[in-house]
Amino acid sequence: MKTIRSRLITIAVALGISIWALFPKNEARRVRDAQTGLMKDTVERQVPVNLGLDLRGGVHLALEVDQSKAPVADCADAIRRAERVVRTRINEFGTTEPVVQVVGNCRLIVELPGESDPARARDIIQRSAFLEFRIVDMKNEFRDAIPAIDQALHQAGVKGPGQGAASAVSKLFGDTSKSKGADTIGASILGSLLQTGTMPGEFFLPEEQRPYVDSLIKRPEVQRLIPRHLELRWDAATEVRSARAYRALYAVESRPMITGEYLTKAVAQRDPLTNQSVVNFTLSHRGGRIFYDETGKHVGDYMAILLDGQVQGQPPVIRSQIGAQGQIELGSKPLVEANDLALVLRAGALPVPLTIVAERSIGPILGADSIHDGIRAGVVGVVLVILIMVIYYRVSGLIAVAALTLYVALTLGGLALFGFTLTLPGMAGLVLSVGIAVDANVLIFERIREELQHGKSVRLAVDEGFQHAMSAIVDSNVSTWLTAAILYLVGTGPVQGFAISLMVGIVASMITAVFAVRTFFMIWLQRRPDLTTLSV
Amino acid sequence: MIRLFANANYDFIKWRRWAYLLTALMIVPGLVELAIRGINYSIEFTGGTMLQVRTHQVVETGVLRSALDVAGIKGAEITTFGSDSEFQIRARLGTQATGPGGGSEATAAAVDRALTAKLGAGTYTIVDHQAVEPKVGRELQGKAFLAIVFSFVVTLAYLAWRFEWRFGLAAVIATAHDILTTISFLVLMRLEVSLVVVGAVLTMVGYSLNDTIIIFDRVRENLRKYRRQNLYEILNLSINETLPRSVLTHGTTMATTLALVFLAGEVIRPFAMVMTFAIFTGTFSSIYIAAPILMYIEKRWPGQDARGARAYGVKQPQATT
Repeated sequence: MKTIRSRLITIAVALGISIWALFPKNEARRVRDAQTGLMKDTVERQVPVNLGLDLRGGVHLALEVDQSKAPVADCADAIRRAERVVRTRINEFGTTEPVVQVVGNCRLIVELPGESDPARARDIIQRSAFLEFRIVDMKNEFRDAIPAIDQALHQAGVKGPGQGAASAVSKLFGDTSKSKGADTIGASILGSLLQTGTMPGEFFLPEEQRPYVDSLIKRPEVQRLIPRHLELRWDAATEVRSARAYRALYAVESRPMITGEYLTKAVAQRDPLTNQSVVNFTLSHRGGRIFYDETGKHVGDYMAILLDGQVQGQPPVIRSQIGAQGQIELGSKPLVEANDLALVLRAGALPVPLTIVAERSIGPILGADSIHDGIRAGVVGVVLVILIMVIYYRVSGLIAVAALTLYVALTLGGLALFGFTLTLPGMAGLVLSVGIAVDANVLIFERIREELQHGKSVRLAVDEGFQHAMSAIVDSNVSTWLTAAILYLVGTGPVQGFAISLMVGIVASMITAVFAVRTFFMIWLQRRPDLTTLSV
Repeated sequence: MIRLFANANYDFIKWRRWAYLLTALMIVPGLVELAIRGINYSIEFTGGTMLQVRTHQVVETGVLRSALDVAGIKGAEITTFGSDSEFQIRARLGTQATGPGGGSEATAAAVDRALTAKLGAGTYTIVDHQAVEPKVGRELQGKAFLAIVFSFVVTLAYLAWRFEWRFGLAAVIATAHDILTTISFLVLMRLEVSLVVVGAVLTMVGYSLNDTIIIFDRVRENLRKYRRQNLYEILNLSINETLPRSVLTHGTTMATTLALVFLAGEVIRPFAMVMTFAIFTGTFSSIYIAAPILMYIEKRWPGQDARGARAYGVKQPQATT
């Protein structure tokens, strides 16, 4: 009697913990407000089972340090530094429960449950977000060097853009090409392609010529002739003038006045008058002083704002000394883009460039379908198992079904309690483990039947049935558990989900099929001491 | 009270040669097919781009193919996925549309553009999109291989600890048989081998081993219990005694895996099919491979349990309980 009571208490406690673990809980979440695009905290009430990306939909990215341009000596260290920046960015990104995790030696896994825009996710994660302020070439030293550069290109055997192409352009854009001709400096290669802009160090060229010019300015003989303290930088966007896209090229100082490392705050705003998106930023106290001194030296000069090496908008003129406050103008771009820029600026620059090596984005429809189908299959599977057990083993079968209910509660509770993630293969694993879970009961019941057949009394048959079935039960469960453990160690994502479900399922089935069923039998036999035949 | 196969008395071991023939009929065509066509790996393993597209209206596969051909994406595999309006498109990297340097990402974008051009924007939804660099795929292949080797070593160690080596060897051969038949099944059914399917194969290894262990456990017990019977009889007796359990357990497990095959959707179907087949082959091998192989091993290298094993093949008297 005493043992029965303590056994029942154990079962009740296990069941209680499982139900408590599965009870819907209030959770604080940071979500992105649809209207303003800003983050806000909300409280949601939900069942605390983590659903994997394949069930919820979302974006999964695997990133590595991009070593194609410059090899990185210690990629493990580089990826850890990148992880910090990516984590800060992702926490502001607007998905609930994002995962940022270093796996293996130098790979970073980012998971964004519920996110449906992989392009935006990629952009935010991969953007290096290196902000610099540089003075443009105020003395027009680059423009003066162009004739010498063209001569060097001639000597290197570079032909101009080609007479045919040029005449085709002039046919198409008759008027513009004439007026362009008046502006060009000299009559050779770069000189004929670049039009001077409105400020020193600014040049324009038709967008379609950009790859060609880009290849020219990267040539060593050109690089040698560009004044040492100058660099050439492209504008981030094109500008449309008389129905034609132009791209600006700026000659800027190599030395930045200040970089984004001093940035402490960045907020996106939309100017209500001009309807232009801007990002207002604040520099640290020290950064503010440096900026104040630097701008003091350059009052009246034009200052280019560079993000990841590209000039953002037309460089403004420095009217007076600037302190800790500044603004980046984004023109007519949507506010969401300004928000994302502010976000990556706040999180800081990425220490190394990252490249995507694997990507998966699952739409929410597919996830919902999977949950629906998985539950349907699970219900049908469990009902079939229950029918087989009750029809075949009758009252003992009912006991096994009671234990099975307990088993389902314990497994789900275990998953919730330890924060494991449920994936689609995980759901399959759960359904499968229901089938396997009854194996222990089948072994026991068959054993009891055999013992009864050998003419043993009901009580003895039950005792020996349990005893003799134990070795087979332990063996079979241990071997399955071991394979599941290996799968967990070696597998990734969904497979790990499957392995977890199977491992938790096996442990729960050992508890319920052996311990709980034994207890129910003890109660049954105690209530009916006169039992001479067993419904098994 | 329903009793299936209670007190059954079948001479399973007698049918071993027919069983060998049957299993050879399964394995040999599978291995031939494997040599010719190879395994249909998922893009997790090969690298590449996969898009799963759900169109709002029924579209012919040929329409999608011409859309991709026009865009210069050649050699893409297009298959329907469950219904007439759901397709899986697998494209290789670096197609004409993206240039040789085009990564998996560029390929996906090119496919999307091609579909928009042909079907029009908003008439389809990309419900799943996966892009894997070949490098990552190769890594995963290594990992999967490692998992299989690992699980083999661990189960072997477990068997060595639980049984003496003759039993262990027989169980391992039966498991190897299961893996061979399952590979044949995968190849002949043209199932796509993803990491989840590898997971199913490994689980199946554990499951089939269970079954063998349960029969061997009974063999061990009966060898101690019935001192006067020979191994042939003991094996038959043990298989017959565990038969009701086998039928019941495989019945319940099969009920769940079949529910998964028919109801759990297209994504999990290959996994569920492998599991269903595995239950079948695991049961078969525990009875018709593991037990006769044990006979053979005891005959070649007689241990203390080798009672009468030398005489196997000679017509045996029926086992009695």
